[in-house]
Amino acid sequence: MANATLDLDFDKAAAKSISRRDNAAGSPTSKQPGRIATKTAAIDQSQTISFTWEGDKLAAHPGDTLASALLANGVRLTSRSFKYHRPRGVMSAGVEEGGAIVTVGEGARKTPNTNAATCEMFDGLVAHGQNAWPSLRHDIGSVNNFASPFFGAGFYYKTFFSVSPFGSKGTKQWMWYETLIRKAAGMGRMSREPDPDHYETAHAFCDVLVVGSGPAGLEAARVAAEAGLDVILAEQDFALGGGLLSETRSIEGAAAAGWRSAKLAALTAAGVRIMDRTTVFGLYDGGVAGLVQRVSDHISAPDPDSIRQRVWTVRSEHTVLATGAVERTIAFGDNDRPGVMTAGAARTYLNRFGVMAGRKVVVATTNDSGRVAAADFAAAGAEVTLLDARESVGAAPDGVAQRLGFAPLRSLGGFGVKGVEIARDTATGWRREDELDCDLLAVSGGWSPVVNLLSHRGVKPVWSDEHAAFLPGETAEPIHCAGAATGLMDLDASAASGRNAAATILGRPTEPLEEAPTHVEEVYEVRVPDRKLKSFVDPQHDVTTKDIRQAHQEGYVSVEHLKRYTTLGMANDQGRNGNVIGLALMAEARGIDIPDVGTTTFRPPFTPVSIGALAGQARGAHFRPLRRSPMDAWNLGEGATMTDAGLWRRPWFYPQKTEDGVEDIDAAYIREATVVRETVGLCDVTSLGKIAVQGPDAAEFLNRVYTNGFAKLAVGRARYGVMLREDGLAMDDGTVWRMAEHDYFMTTTTAGAGQVMSWLELLLETRWQDLRVAVTSVSERWAGMAVAGPHARNVLKSVVTDIDFEDESFPFMGVREGTLGGALCRVARISFSGEFAYEIYVESDHGAAMAAALWDAAKPLGGVLYGTEALGALRIEKGHVTHSEIDGRTTIEDIGLGKMASTKKSYVGSALKDRATLRDVNRPQLVGLKPTDTDDVFKAGAILRREGNMRGHGLGWVSSVTHSPALGHWIGLGLLEGGVERWEGRTIVADDPARGKLTKVTVISPHMFDLEGARLKPEMDPPTGVELPAAPLALPQRSALGTLWPVQDMPAVRGRAELDDVEDPNPQTGDAAAWVVECAPKPLWQATAWPDRKSVVEDALLEAAGADAAPKPGRLAIGEDDIKILRVAPLVWWVEGLAEDDQYAVSQLSAEDGSSLELSHGFTKLLIGGSRAAELLNRFLPLDLRDERFPVGSVATSGMHHAPVTLARETATSYALWLPRSYAKSLWEMLVDAARRMG
Amino acid sequence: MLRIPCPYCGVRDQSEFDYGGDATVNYPALDASEQEWFEAVYLRDDPKGPHTELWRHARGCRMWIIVERNTVTHEITGARPANPAHAEVLKRDFELETT
Repeated sequence: MANATLDLDFDKAAAKSISRRDNAAGSPTSKQPGRIATKTAAIDQSQTISFTWEGDKLAAHPGDTLASALLANGVRLTSRSFKYHRPRGVMSAGVEEGGAIVTVGEGARKTPNTNAATCEMFDGLVAHGQNAWPSLRHDIGSVNNFASPFFGAGFYYKTFFSVSPFGSKGTKQWMWYETLIRKAAGMGRMSREPDPDHYETAHAFCDVLVVGSGPAGLEAARVAAEAGLDVILAEQDFALGGGLLSETRSIEGAAAAGWRSAKLAALTAAGVRIMDRTTVFGLYDGGVAGLVQRVSDHISAPDPDSIRQRVWTVRSEHTVLATGAVERTIAFGDNDRPGVMTAGAARTYLNRFGVMAGRKVVVATTNDSGRVAAADFAAAGAEVTLLDARESVGAAPDGVAQRLGFAPLRSLGGFGVKGVEIARDTATGWRREDELDCDLLAVSGGWSPVVNLLSHRGVKPVWSDEHAAFLPGETAEPIHCAGAATGLMDLDASAASGRNAAATILGRPTEPLEEAPTHVEEVYEVRVPDRKLKSFVDPQHDVTTKDIRQAHQEGYVSVEHLKRYTTLGMANDQGRNGNVIGLALMAEARGIDIPDVGTTTFRPPFTPVSIGALAGQARGAHFRPLRRSPMDAWNLGEGATMTDAGLWRRPWFYPQKTEDGVEDIDAAYIREATVVRETVGLCDVTSLGKIAVQGPDAAEFLNRVYTNGFAKLAVGRARYGVMLREDGLAMDDGTVWRMAEHDYFMTTTTAGAGQVMSWLELLLETRWQDLRVAVTSVSERWAGMAVAGPHARNVLKSVVTDIDFEDESFPFMGVREGTLGGALCRVARISFSGEFAYEIYVESDHGAAMAAALWDAAKPLGGVLYGTEALGALRIEKGHVTHSEIDGRTTIEDIGLGKMASTKKSYVGSALKDRATLRDVNRPQLVGLKPTDTDDVFKAGAILRREGNMRGHGLGWVSSVTHSPALGHWIGLGLLEGGVERWEGRTIVADDPARGKLTKVTVISPHMFDLEGARLKPEMDPPTGVELPAAPLALPQRSALGTLWPVQDMPAVRGRAELDDVEDPNPQTGDAAAWVVECAPKPLWQATAWPDRKSVVEDALLEAAGADAAPKPGRLAIGEDDIKILRVAPLVWWVEGLAEDDQYAVSQLSAEDGSSLELSHGFTKLLIGGSRAAELLNRFLPLDLRDERFPVGSVATSGMHHAPVTLARETATSYALWLPRSYAKSLWEMLVDAARRMG
Repeated sequence: MLRIPCPYCGVRDQSEFDYGGDATVNYPALDASEQEWFEAVYLRDDPKGPHTELWRHARGCRMWIIVERNTVTHEITGARPANPAHAEVLKRDFELETT
């Protein structure tokens, strides 16, 4: 054997096996000395696959774990321990593994700290040991083992955090040493490359979630499903059956394998959704469980497009925890030596995997389970000695030498166990008696039911002396424990308890559980006086019995302190091995009982879950949804450099090519701002929040929420307004346009849009329920462009021909509606830049065409496109505030808008805004700032200080800065104690310690440019000789996904998503599991009814749509010509598909009955179908789409990746999905990716 | 994660909802005194056990609802529309459905 890491002693022990192999050359097990022929179905010995361990190619079989394959190949040394670098090997056969923690994979897929005992084998797997250099056998770090007397509990705290003898403070030393210590304390090394794999999240709903597929889980799932319940069975293993896979005994009179097969067939027949390789990692409120499914971790060459892992959120009415139990060891000397493992694990390797972990076996047990292991090993031909800590038990199993009242004292050997010193229980304690040769020491110190998931629900486990274990506590939630998880060790009783769990759910009588009582001897530690032994409690974190006693001596008596001081139970096995022993030792030290010491709380996750799996689809470009303006592609085409504004992507600046290359941001925005003031500029302002405020009481409502008067705003006029929070601080600002008597159009800041909308709804629904007002976000319906500069009117006049733009008919703060190339538009003459300016909005699908038309007119006038950076420069010159100043800490007075606070009315915030502290003259107030030396530069975020006084918080801060093209130097806005009144003309300093900059600045008025407002009314004719283009006759309609409507020959849909580039003439057929197509746009109207006029509005809608009956909550009605009425809220309906002639009935709804508005262009409608369409939707939507819960005709609004989306089930296998237009492309890409991965 | 029974949409994930604070506060009229407003805006009980809270079904029907939630166990024992008129509408809707 070329394997440098092989344990040589074990090789000799296995030599017989190898020579036997020679007689059967060519047999599949030929290269695996530990493998024996096995008849279990779990291992396919007819096929041999290969894997690489520490650079050596070894053989394995399908069905192996990495641990079973290593043992089969005689590899016992698998890793070095965390702290002392002690040699470690496989200690268990499950999630409790504390020894064989290895690194799997290479390159970008390298995954450290992988549990070899649960790692499924596949052809080509590559694995390495951990924490050793240069090799596992010759590890320099193992000197720590000899220095271990110094490395006890609390070593690092004491040494590096206390006052050092050298005088320096301990924490400084820690900062110095930490890097070195982190390097030496091994937890593997992660890959530094980006994760190349795909992950996704998914949602599921069921009646019963069964966790675990042992006898109890199988029976619970079967009985529940056969009674008609919808059951999900989750099993973390890649094979179903739990303990049955390792069982040689019979269950309910049948062989375990046959019983298992029969039950699995019954589950399939009953329609149980079986999820193997799926760990339930957490139980949460409301019957919610978190599951991680390892979809392709076990596949040698996964499809590069496939999912590696999937995190499920499952909501169940009932949960059955059939999670089994894990076996614990005993603390004795060198109980961590490779070749020492739990008896159950040794038995699993033997029975399930056909791997003899040793041929000269000592089994040490405190309970009956070790006896079964001893019997199985004897039957398989091993030489077995059984040490039973109990004095009175039955006769030894056939072929087993039995010694009663004995337990192991210390394992012997080097890198692998060669023998064991044994001790006898006497009246005065343990006494060393003998020494036995062995190559496997299999230990059972009792079983610990897996109560972790119940602990996630806050249920404390309860100690049982009879079981010598913590059992699940009582819970009022519909969670039912069954099988070994409740302490049952008998197979028949476990199966019956699973049926009982289902019976309880079904309200049926339960059957009596019969289990013969068995005695468990409470042996947690074996030691003798005067022997210094290293006995491990938590092998993965190298916590010894000595550490526990030391923690007690130093006063850490509470279990929570014990855990934190020693790190007991904090490794990724989460104390499954050691917690009970640790508690027992603490109880002994304190002279109290184990339950009085208490237990720590298990928290999710049950086993480690990778961050990538939790993130799912939300990574990279889809980390969060991207909101795009309808002009997004157009802006990019014009060379815009974009920036993020919340979820929106906005043009930041439009760099131009110059002689020296391409403009940088400073050159670009200064040019853009300059040109705006000289001629004209266009800026995409689509991201501003837009809210329709409608109804007979809308004026009263606005008058209550804004600080200034809105009661008398005339139709066709706009007004600037500020809103306060009710604590009196400023919330947001914007303009309100009165479009008609009962119809207002409110704009908010980009940042404040969501908050304002939610706030208005709160006021209407919880405070002012008598007001007949409907508020609707129309942000998605309109694409907006600011047109600013002396030529603004010339630009607009040339593209919009049905609005009179002359001053007399369209004054400053006027609002007009018209058409642009046949598309509806609304225009207001308002200015953020201080220039003569308009904002123009057009229906979103026409946004890009509007931009092009405006640009065609602006270009000949010497115009410019400007982004947010120039927008900022222009507004700072004017002293206009944004959320840099309205930052939640400032009042309306602070930001210089005190004159807008009406004294003639009460409004939200008026009662508290005049509190003494909010009117203090010393509050930071808005000022303008300029560098005293006008060549200087300063930055936002700098602290404003009095010259010479550099301590403390200063007098205020710089909120915004820009280079001012108009003034020729840098300027800024800031909040300064005492404001302009106190400081005007005086020099202070802007202290920017983070950037190491200190600038003298002079305080000036925030209105730094055109104080008189003369620039709002310029007389500027087009230059002679400039010919402006004719107004466009028609604007093309382009969808959020880029489709230009109407599409010839494909009126209803675009290409099939999963075949994006394939022209498919009939995309709704075909055999794809799931397909996604874009629907042609249809007119969409929304109607809202006042509560007492619901039936009147319903009648109007039914008549317009030609439908028979109004839809109930969460339903839709279909009228003539496929017109749909969707009920989307208690008093809100959408009507889709109304022909223009029929829209009148909806658009002209009486204000006494309700309100209505058009939402066309606000949504991108997709059609999603295929046999697995619901599954595709549930990759994102947390909606229960099962047939009985979401039948055809159902409507629901939910969240998809943070965006509100509305879903309607059109047929059994197809759904319509309305996405908010700005999110549509982002969400479409995610859906298409998910659909493609479904095949 | 909580599962919240929206009176209009049915039981939905907490991720669809926004929290809106204590629903037991009686907000005074806009022209009430500074002291009354101070008490309404700032003074809150911090109950251990049953609590009445405002939530908004933000990624759903957008309705503001009043939820009875136990702050210790997270158990939700009821939910109703914040606007009684909505409750009345839904009551009639569901009556129709059962007849």
